[in-house]
Amino acid sequence: MLITINGKPRSFEAANLSVADLVQHLELVGKRLAIERNGEIVPRSQFEATQLADGDKLEIVGAVGGG
Amino acid sequence: MSDLLKIADKTYHSRLLVGTGKYKDFTETRAAIDASGAEIITVAIRRTNIGQNAGEPSLLDFLPPEEFTYLPNTAGCYSADDAVRTLRLARELLDGHKLVKLEVLGDPNTLYPNMMETLAAAKTLVKDGFDVMVYCSDDPIIAKQLEEIGCVAVMPLASLIGSGMGILNPWNLQIIIENAKVPVLVDAGVGTASDAAIAMELGCQGILMNTAIAAAGNPVLMAGAMKKAVEAGREAYLAGRMPKKLYSASPSSPTSGLIS
Repeated sequence: MLITINGKPRSFEAANLSVADLVQHLELVGKRLAIERNGEIVPRSQFEATQLADGDKLEIVGAVGGG
Repeated sequence: MSDLLKIADKTYHSRLLVGTGKYKDFTETRAAIDASGAEIITVAIRRTNIGQNAGEPSLLDFLPPEEFTYLPNTAGCYSADDAVRTLRLARELLDGHKLVKLEVLGDPNTLYPNMMETLAAAKTLVKDGFDVMVYCSDDPIIAKQLEEIGCVAVMPLASLIGSGMGILNPWNLQIIIENAKVPVLVDAGVGTASDAAIAMELGCQGILMNTAIAAAGNPVLMAGAMKKAVEAGREAYLAGRMPKKLYSASPSSPTSGLIS
């Protein structure tokens, strides 16, 4: 399936992929981040339960220095 | 003397709020923030780097959220929708954290705020349960409207973001301060310690700055200077200055007992 992450398309072999799987795949486990799927926030508590679908658009954000 | 800054039912000893951008590295960021004594620090919300530098340290490693009050901002947002979306992500990122800094910009060259969009975003965010500290123009009417919407602090610019031009319109700031029932903080424009002291002497409840410290020749030293300036300005405000006179016929030393 094809998923757009932070504006870049990426293809995944797996037919079933949860947000938690994706976080692990992207080596982001333990990082403080927030995820938006198709414009809706996915709460951390729902990472396991939320299955991704072909064509999903994800934003994965963190805190950086700023004024 | 107990003189605390109160924002949305939480109190702070420091009236200096600082940004975390533009530093050489995280070590310098941390050292400058320690020297500033700031308890509230702003952060920006940005896309995470995917697939690169997985083990690289992050800002949060150097400034743990347990030690500071994070103030996520909406820097770089040019519409109310983008600002609201950014702060909802920030709330999720920071485990339900409610205190935020709203800024909606109107122009990439001057970074002057777009107050129509800012007002719209403030309404949505307040309704959504956020405690909104809002960056705004130094228009007393707009400042009052933001307060009436329910913002917990109003933060007019002293001059443009990153300009270091100082307090360009003390008279407007004074009108905003006199009419406000929520804390007024100067956000943006402070260039050096005397600017910070002047803002505090006007009666501001606090100052938010980033570039004045980060772009100083020695950021850590400037952070300490800003801490002292904010404290000195606050104490001078509380003490009440002497009236200005063109000249005085009343010398400080006794007029009697002079030798002859």
